[in-house]
Amino acid sequence: MTFQKKYIFAAAAILFGALAPFIINPYELSLLGRFLALSILAMGIMLTWGEAGILSLGQGVFFGLGGYALAMHLKLEGLNLANGDMPDFMVWSGVSALPGFWYPFANPYFSLACVVIVPGAFAAAFSWLVFRRRVGGVYFALITQALALAFSTLLISQQAYTGGFNGLTDYSTMFGIDITTEYAARYIYWITFLFVVAVYFFLRWLLASRYGVMLRATRDGENRVRFLGHDPVPYKVVAFGIAGALAGIGGALFTLHAGVVSPALVGVVPSIEMVVWVAVGGRNILWGAIAGTLLVNFAKDQISSAFPSLWLYGLGALFILAVSFLPAGIAGLFRPGSGEERVMRRILSRRKLSTAE
Amino acid sequence: MAMKKFGTAAALLAATMLSSVTVAHADGTVKVGVLQSLSGTMAISEVPLEDAELLAIDQINASGGLLGKQIVPVEEDGASDPSTFAQKATKLIEEDGVVTVFGGWTSSSRKAMLPVFQRFHNLLWYPVQFEGNECSPNIMYSGAQPNQQALPALTWAEQKGYKSYFLLGSDYVYPRTANLILKKHIAHDGMTLAGEEYVPLGGTDFSSIIAEIQQSKPDIIINTLNGDSNVSFFKQMAAAGMTPDKLPVMSFSIAEPEAKAMGPSLLAGSFTSWNYFESLPGPTNAAFVAAYKAKFGADSVVDDPMVHGYADVYVWAAAVKKAGTFAPLKVRDAAVELAAQDTPLGGVGFAANQSMYQTGYIGELQPDGQFKIVWTSPGLIQPVPYDPLTFPGKVCKIPH
Amino acid sequence: MHESAFLLGQVFNGFSVASLFILAALGLALSFGLMRVINMAHGEMLMLGGYLAYMTLQIVPGPLGILVAMPVAFVGAGIVGGFLEFAVIHRLSARPLDTLLATWGVSLVLQQAARNMFGAIGVEVTAPTWLNHTVSIHSGFLSGLDLPDTRIFILIVAAIVLGLIAALLNKTRLGLYVRAVNQDRPTAAAMGVNARLIDLAVFALGTGVAGLAGVILALLGPVTPTVGQSYIVPAFLVVILGGLGSLVGTTIASLIIGLFTALIEIFVDVSVAQVLLLVFVILFIQIRPQGVITVRTRALEG
Repeated sequence: MTFQKKYIFAAAAILFGALAPFIINPYELSLLGRFLALSILAMGIMLTWGEAGILSLGQGVFFGLGGYALAMHLKLEGLNLANGDMPDFMVWSGVSALPGFWYPFANPYFSLACVVIVPGAFAAAFSWLVFRRRVGGVYFALITQALALAFSTLLISQQAYTGGFNGLTDYSTMFGIDITTEYAARYIYWITFLFVVAVYFFLRWLLASRYGVMLRATRDGENRVRFLGHDPVPYKVVAFGIAGALAGIGGALFTLHAGVVSPALVGVVPSIEMVVWVAVGGRNILWGAIAGTLLVNFAKDQISSAFPSLWLYGLGALFILAVSFLPAGIAGLFRPGSGEERVMRRILSRRKLSTAE
Repeated sequence: MAMKKFGTAAALLAATMLSSVTVAHADGTVKVGVLQSLSGTMAISEVPLEDAELLAIDQINASGGLLGKQIVPVEEDGASDPSTFAQKATKLIEEDGVVTVFGGWTSSSRKAMLPVFQRFHNLLWYPVQFEGNECSPNIMYSGAQPNQQALPALTWAEQKGYKSYFLLGSDYVYPRTANLILKKHIAHDGMTLAGEEYVPLGGTDFSSIIAEIQQSKPDIIINTLNGDSNVSFFKQMAAAGMTPDKLPVMSFSIAEPEAKAMGPSLLAGSFTSWNYFESLPGPTNAAFVAAYKAKFGADSVVDDPMVHGYADVYVWAAAVKKAGTFAPLKVRDAAVELAAQDTPLGGVGFAANQSMYQTGYIGELQPDGQFKIVWTSPGLIQPVPYDPLTFPGKVCKIPH
Repeated sequence: MHESAFLLGQVFNGFSVASLFILAALGLALSFGLMRVINMAHGEMLMLGGYLAYMTLQIVPGPLGILVAMPVAFVGAGIVGGFLEFAVIHRLSARPLDTLLATWGVSLVLQQAARNMFGAIGVEVTAPTWLNHTVSIHSGFLSGLDLPDTRIFILIVAAIVLGLIAALLNKTRLGLYVRAVNQDRPTAAAMGVNARLIDLAVFALGTGVAGLAGVILALLGPVTPTVGQSYIVPAFLVVILGGLGSLVGTTIASLIIGLFTALIEIFVDVSVAQVLLLVFVILFIQIRPQGVITVRTRALEG
């Protein structure tokens, strides 16, 4: 693709995205909105996995933290807390008064801040604990998977405080505006779309900066970075923290679109499915993460109803084929320049292996 | 953005939506939604339920349809995920224009769909026993309320003379809420609580809990474990020498299909509480079981939620006939006024709170995988969504 | 029951759970030590073992069927594992994270295949009657302690399997090669060890042990398409704690995790115990990031 074609394509995509509410019907718009929210999380995976070489199988946790932070506010809005009002699920879980940590979420700004800060800070702190002891790679992937399991189990078991397996649902207003209408759905879509565009350009800038260079250097040779006198840990922790915050934003926007947040989205299986979106789209190319998310989710929506068993075979095959034969994803097919580089790298890594034998 | 404009446009949109969904198609068909999980962890239970719902629709179509129209079921996959249920419910109502939806299994799926049905003024028929504490004018709850399954089981156990109760469940909403209610009644009735334990969904290790059961020596275990955890629990109990004939177990989520898969030998002698068993007498049930087996094989079995799903379709059809229209809310109002309908469950119908009044049965599992009915509630049990002892002052009133 | 008996019962339960973890994690740890790859489809080898036990019991019913099922499951899962190594893992072995994802894909396919072949609801494997007894202590300070035969049987099987594999690694030529490749792959290769074949053999052995573990799990739990998923995350934690492919490390890590969960469950419920286990693992790697046993290796990365 030439440079000009590239810009025309990008402009067309942005134009379509902005005008989508006038082009497609409300149901399709709600799907697109949801999947775009997910693609914000996917861009975070691209940052950590593609650029920093950190594979997380627990992004659902940060997605959930963002979603719950917003949903807690939505459950409280319209309640008279001074009167002792509580969300319905607490009443029938036998709670007598609203737990203390729920109170600040009555403030929408506190809640919105938490959407970004809680998952971001938690991701950074968690990854720091692991990376500082130079534990990484496969170990990190497995620990994050255990985190996803533990977090979803905890959410389900603490029913009185989290809504348990049912999650949090049935919200009506935010900032006093009815968010369930068709009209509000458009605005929520536009906000989501704006976030996608903003995050895209933010990450482009970040990856082109000195920080991005260091991040890739860490991925390709962590020890060499150390020998050159840099500590790779802060670079990785920041990347993982940003990815966590992005997952949180995605989770909050998804919650607005879907009208529900529940542990079904934060466990082991959904977390690993998130990685496949990026694997299919292309882990090293930012727009690939968005395209992969949209493609896999629309395919799932279409296929899983008609052929549920086929979908699971298809998803399994996608995993195997995408990582075995198409490590740069579908986006890689459109970037021959980088493809050659990748072929070179693959030859090199194979030579390393053959000397090992 | 002007708030006023926002509001008017929203009202306008809602109004057009309302008028568009209730129109039946002019071509002699009418669409209904069937929304169950065809994939994911719940598919195992929900696929047979969908089969039963579709069987009822087929039968009604074969006998001439409804108000001169053939019913076209639109099937969607909820994929065992609440947000997908909400999304597909929106799709069924908005895109397909269905006049009602049969579906849902988990409470999480129902909770996620509830706002959708309220927003579009449509009607959901929910067929599974649940923890109550919900009261929506847009849902028909045919599955048992706690006072139709859990409390009859307690009544039976007290009549049998059991004094000490051990509550064991999977760690999620139904067991926790059911046990909250049971604990109130156990204390109120002067019985003792020997213990209360939960394992995470899908949990497989019961060694610690079995040790606790051995230590606390209850008269009976009230088991609200879900799915595969039951297999682990009963196997490990058997390995520890506590088979159901030595220490009785009353389970709320084991029905004919689970018993068949787990092997009746493992469970024989254990008890369950439902509003339907395949072994119920009566010609309507015999006809239903025969029709189901003719379609899905002689060794297939049916259970309580499936029959509720099947009965829901018939009650809906009767209500449509009475109302003379497919308009969801008119059908709902007709449904609560109907006399009891003859279904495989026996004569049942919907109370004014839109839950089903029905009979409670206790079954004892036989070695052939069927349940012998050992106790029947005295008469029909009226549904009570909010247990008055546990949630005093709360009632479910829906204006019709 | 005495408090001391209850406590000792929990310790016994801890050992019993640990023995399951050993069997479930051993294969994972062996091939991880050798190839630095994690097979996410390892849980499905447990599942395969369960179904093989079911099929064997259809052909060989009776009290000794379970003893026939164990070698059958070992060989069956070993063959499937060998094929998996040959077809997928070997191709990706330079990219451990990709191996992880590809094998997750394999696990989805295997689960769905089991669902299509045997049905989603699972099959029935019943423990033979000779295992349906308990050893009860009626007097002394341990009176009231009940030890189920099934759990004692599992402990014995785990001990035998550990013993055999330890002998294989320490006493045979194959074991020598495995240790050589484990410590220094290029040098071992230069000395004429066919590292490729060693990888394949160890991987097949590891999945075979998982198959055998599947038979054992079928005595205590369900045999369903997703049964492997319930054991796989604890097995991963065992690998993390155990260190690179060390037999002793895996055993100690299994014991730590088994005892930790059994004892903490006295005080908190199982869901919270799961969270505390993860916290424990993360704290543990603050102290010993390389796991309980550190295998000396010349490799810098990994």
